[in-house]
Amino acid sequence: MDYLIQIIGPLLDGTAVTLQVFLLTLVLAVPLGLALALVRVSHFRTAASLVGGYIWLMRGTPLMLQMLFIYFALPFVPVIGIRLPDFPAAIVAFTLNYAAYFAEIFRSGIQSVGRGQYEAARVLGMSYGQTMRRIILPQVVKRILPPMSNETITLVKDTSLIYVLAMNDLLRAARGIVQRDFTTMPFVVAAAFYLIMTLVLTWGFMRLEKRYAVYED
Amino acid sequence: MPSMKTEAVPMISARDIRKHFHGTEVLKGVSLDIGKGEVIAVIGPSGSGKSTFLRCLNHLETIDAGSIVIEGETLATTDAAGHCRYAPEAEARRICRKMGMVFQQFNLFPHLTVLQNVIEAPLTVKGLSRDAIVPRAEELLRKVGLIAKCGAYPSQLSGGQKQRVAIARALAMEPDIMLFDEPTSALDPELTGEVLRTMRQLAEERMTMLVVTHEMSFARDVSTEVVFMDHGEIVEARPAAEMFADPRHPRTRCFLEHML
Ligand SMILES: Nc1ncnc2c1ncn2[C@@H]1O[C@H](COP(=O)(O)OP(=O)(O)OP(=O)(O)O)[C@@H](O)[C@H]1O
Ligand SMILES: [Mg+2]
Repeated sequence: MDYLIQIIGPLLDGTAVTLQVFLLTLVLAVPLGLALALVRVSHFRTAASLVGGYIWLMRGTPLMLQMLFIYFALPFVPVIGIRLPDFPAAIVAFTLNYAAYFAEIFRSGIQSVGRGQYEAARVLGMSYGQTMRRIILPQVVKRILPPMSNETITLVKDTSLIYVLAMNDLLRAARGIVQRDFTTMPFVVAAAFYLIMTLVLTWGFMRLEKRYAVYED
Repeated sequence: MPSMKTEAVPMISARDIRKHFHGTEVLKGVSLDIGKGEVIAVIGPSGSGKSTFLRCLNHLETIDAGSIVIEGETLATTDAAGHCRYAPEAEARRICRKMGMVFQQFNLFPHLTVLQNVIEAPLTVKGLSRDAIVPRAEELLRKVGLIAKCGAYPSQLSGGQKQRVAIARALAMEPDIMLFDEPTSALDPELTGEVLRTMRQLAEERMTMLVVTHEMSFARDVSTEVVFMDHGEIVEARPAAEMFADPRHPRTRCFLEHML
């Protein structure tokens, strides 16, 4: 018991890092993903293909590689070369990567809304922007809740990848103690922490789904 | 000059509308004038281009050639060289707002309640305040007999109720013309009556209406003129009573024999 109290401090510190990466990524990647999706479904062909290429690149290469690239290789790239400290580098990599996944979720959600909705809005005199904002996107929210729930749970666990930048997230903190004390207890506690985080997420999404259940498509 | 009397500007004047989909000509030069207060029924076999014609009028489809003038304002026109040009987007939207439309599949907004469906466009498009539009919306819902369903979502309504909400929603934008594309075709037979009654009531209030329909009784009893379309053309257009009593064109006669 005393041992548990002793290790819980460093593990909580690790959890704080994990949560920061998680929340910042979510707050930045969701709007970016939405913007990418809107371009992807727009009539601007070139821009739409560019976004398509971007999504392919981001989903087609490992997140860890992207993170390593931004941290280690970006400083040497001509013109845009900037050196980011580890935490911002991680956030940039996570945001760029997750925005691609969110964009695909938004895109499939937007495209699942039937043509009749656009036409009904149009004959009522609504512009494309008004139609998106007032008619299409509100319906998209309901439709993408299940895949969004999946993706955010994956994000919680993906945050452990930041160990490659030598940042002390929850998993790395646990591993440090394990290697020092020769006990697996920290792993058990870390697993419990991850489970609590995903439990809260699952619960949150369930509540949202319930709220959106008042109407049927 | 056919006549010296000053004709009122038609509500809709469509001239020589042409439209093709991937090489197939669906409208082969359709012309139609609709005067104020007229109720025109468009009938014809499946695939004859009735829906396409209606959808061209309010810019849901883009025409290849011809002209569309709504209450004297040009939506689309074709120059001597054969180039069809539309009014600029915002202008086109404003012109098309003179027409309300009711679809076969209702197309209500599923995430909004009945009342919200009706007030959505007046709020966002016209920028009216809720206080201004809600009483009017309630009045419209009372008129279509659905005031009790204000807070219901579309999925909680029957097909006939959905279609009446759709009519109220279109009317809330105060259009001068109503376009109906087979408004009762998706309904169970016992539910068509309530929708047709609502439309009949609109006709009695002298709303200008263009109705694509398979309901021959509605065409005969309510419309002022019946237009028969076949293969992308208007074959015959005559006052309703005449058309049913004495169809001139063999194709019209054949079609009516099958329908009646
Ligand atoms: N978006 C489209 N793309 C390709 N072809 C189309 C499209 N819309 C209509 N058509 C074709 O145009 C022709 C006319 O269709 P339209 O829907 O106008 O007929 P309709 O008279 O309304 O028939 P119905 O009574 O079955 O509703 C049909 O052959 C149809 O297949
Ligand atoms: Mg049709």
